[in-house]
Amino acid sequence: MDPIKTLRSRTVVLPVSDVDTDQIIPARFLTTTTRSGLGANLFADWRYGSDGTPKPDFVLNRPEAKGCAILVAGNNFGCGSSREHAPWALTEYGFRAVVSTQIADIFRNNSLKNGLVPVIVDQGTHGWLMEHPGTEVTIDLESTSLKLPTGESVRFPLEPFARFCLMNGVDELGFLLGREKEIGAYEQRQGAGYCV
Amino acid sequence: MASSPQTLFEKVWHRHEVVAETPATPAVLYIDLHLIHEVTSPQAFTVLRERGLKLRRPELTFATMDHSTPTRTEQVFGGAPITIEAAARQVRELEVNCAAFGVELLGLRHARRGIVHIIGPELGLTQPGRTVVCGDSHTSTHGALGALAFGIGTTEVGHVLATQCLLQRKPRTLAINVSGKLAGGVTAKDLILAIIGKIGVAGGTGHVIEYRGETIRSLGLDERMTVCNMSIEAGARAGMIAPDETTYAYLAGRPRAPQGAAWDEALEGWRQLPTDVGARFDREVDIDAASLEPMVTYGTNPGMVIPISGSIPQRPGDAAYAKSLAYMGFEPGRPIAEQPVNVVFVGSCTNGRLSDLRDAASLLRGRKVARGVQMLVVPGSQEVKREAEAEGLHTVFLEAGAEWRESGCSMCLGMNGDLVPKGQYAVSTSNRNFEGRQGVGARTLLASPLTAAASAVRGRLTDPRELM
Repeated sequence: MDPIKTLRSRTVVLPVSDVDTDQIIPARFLTTTTRSGLGANLFADWRYGSDGTPKPDFVLNRPEAKGCAILVAGNNFGCGSSREHAPWALTEYGFRAVVSTQIADIFRNNSLKNGLVPVIVDQGTHGWLMEHPGTEVTIDLESTSLKLPTGESVRFPLEPFARFCLMNGVDELGFLLGREKEIGAYEQRQGAGYCV
Repeated sequence: MASSPQTLFEKVWHRHEVVAETPATPAVLYIDLHLIHEVTSPQAFTVLRERGLKLRRPELTFATMDHSTPTRTEQVFGGAPITIEAAARQVRELEVNCAAFGVELLGLRHARRGIVHIIGPELGLTQPGRTVVCGDSHTSTHGALGALAFGIGTTEVGHVLATQCLLQRKPRTLAINVSGKLAGGVTAKDLILAIIGKIGVAGGTGHVIEYRGETIRSLGLDERMTVCNMSIEAGARAGMIAPDETTYAYLAGRPRAPQGAAWDEALEGWRQLPTDVGARFDREVDIDAASLEPMVTYGTNPGMVIPISGSIPQRPGDAAYAKSLAYMGFEPGRPIAEQPVNVVFVGSCTNGRLSDLRDAASLLRGRKVARGVQMLVVPGSQEVKREAEAEGLHTVFLEAGAEWRESGCSMCLGMNGDLVPKGQYAVSTSNRNFEGRQGVGARTLLASPLTAAASAVRGRLTDPRELM
């Protein structure tokens, strides 16, 4: 995973609340056994007609969406299933951050492990972003803040360890493997009682 | 040592802390049971191979296949290939991974295969006080036995395979206190739909729910699992119910439950788990079960739910709401009952257990599925299938004109060939009514097995009490 310190990009606004993971990547694309190839099917049923051609009115198909790395979505993004295919699809497409007022727990966890920054902002900031699609914003992980072109800067919550991993491009598995001594000691304490 | 009163969740959490959380680092939480399936595990095994890692505790890891597997008997037991080639590849890859890493697998033709959340409890693998994870959001189901059970992504599946641990921040707690007796024809499914309707699809975000109160205590294990299963549809990390005599009676004698002296010892520990008197929850919500009717969803998330006697709510000026109703083909203000139905699905990890099939059969016995309606009944496991057949339930379904399949996730999610055609209305006992969940353009009405069966008979959305 590449380290992320700051992200500067124009936004794409998807004005839909409660976007679930079945919309982000429909279940029929989950029969893959790899992580790659999902970006092409991101938001497939909203993005393409039944004949496979792009729907011109869908936000990702508009010319101004090209190159945008920050997705601003309606309230409560990423609810539904635990499929990590959702952040895989978003990052392969080119998104590096998702902004909403609320982000579902499992999706947020999965995003943090894939270099997709979940940014939760207040209703006022969110409302402004929804009304200004294509605006250029900066997400700064050092100060955990989102900077608007108005000069305003708003803080967002980011779990400190996840922030450390994002900023240094390290993954959690290495950290867990480094806890071998504590894990072994825990297993000794539990004895065989937990065997299935 | 006097300790402050604790909730069920806190007790299970603290017993599994390998390293407690600090402001800078999450807790290292030990996992007692890791369930894996064909869809969310392949990429995790790839990471193990790339990094040269082994499974830390293969004996605590347990695999089955359910999501992408077919339900047609000839495709499961031979005679016809699995239609979806990519699904067949996932099945083969899980077989290879389990053999290579030493994981017990209940494979496609195994007599005890089934939906992962049905077979965990059924085999006695899921036990009170355990931590249970799976790469599937409906892992919350297992909380019905007093386990702390939650869904994880594939990266975390890899973490558990390699270390038997997860890095987790401690969630907040939400008590849902349910009182009053459910009326006849009103089921656990109606109760959980009403709860989601009340707190909303993000109402439980960041929380572990404990369902409490006399109504919950009166539910059987199958029903408790229905309730906990849909905790995730309220956004909750997990749902739990304190173990009690009903739980112990359910577990006693199951193949992987402790036996003999080990049972007595386990039981002593389980009895310590329920929330202490005086323990505090971060939030509490009260629900009156006695006032509930059969519930049904009308929109594109499980929080869009009304009593079956109700009408589609009006929300002028809400564009997202209008979009959802347009997808469903509904207009605000219209009664939901009598909506014509094309497909009826009884099954899934929400309502694919024996009591669900008994409910559906009770209304279908001696009746026929309405002309033009396709009804699919899919047992949650091969064991449920055998038990149902021993009672003759399959005969009731077949004589009514329904299809009777092999176990699996089936029509709950459109990835195994069981699909609701575009634009058609399905009354489904599953858990999600998202756009396209049951097939591109499918329109899902979530309901109980009783409502599903009644609607199959009439060919229109029907209050089951009219046929009882």
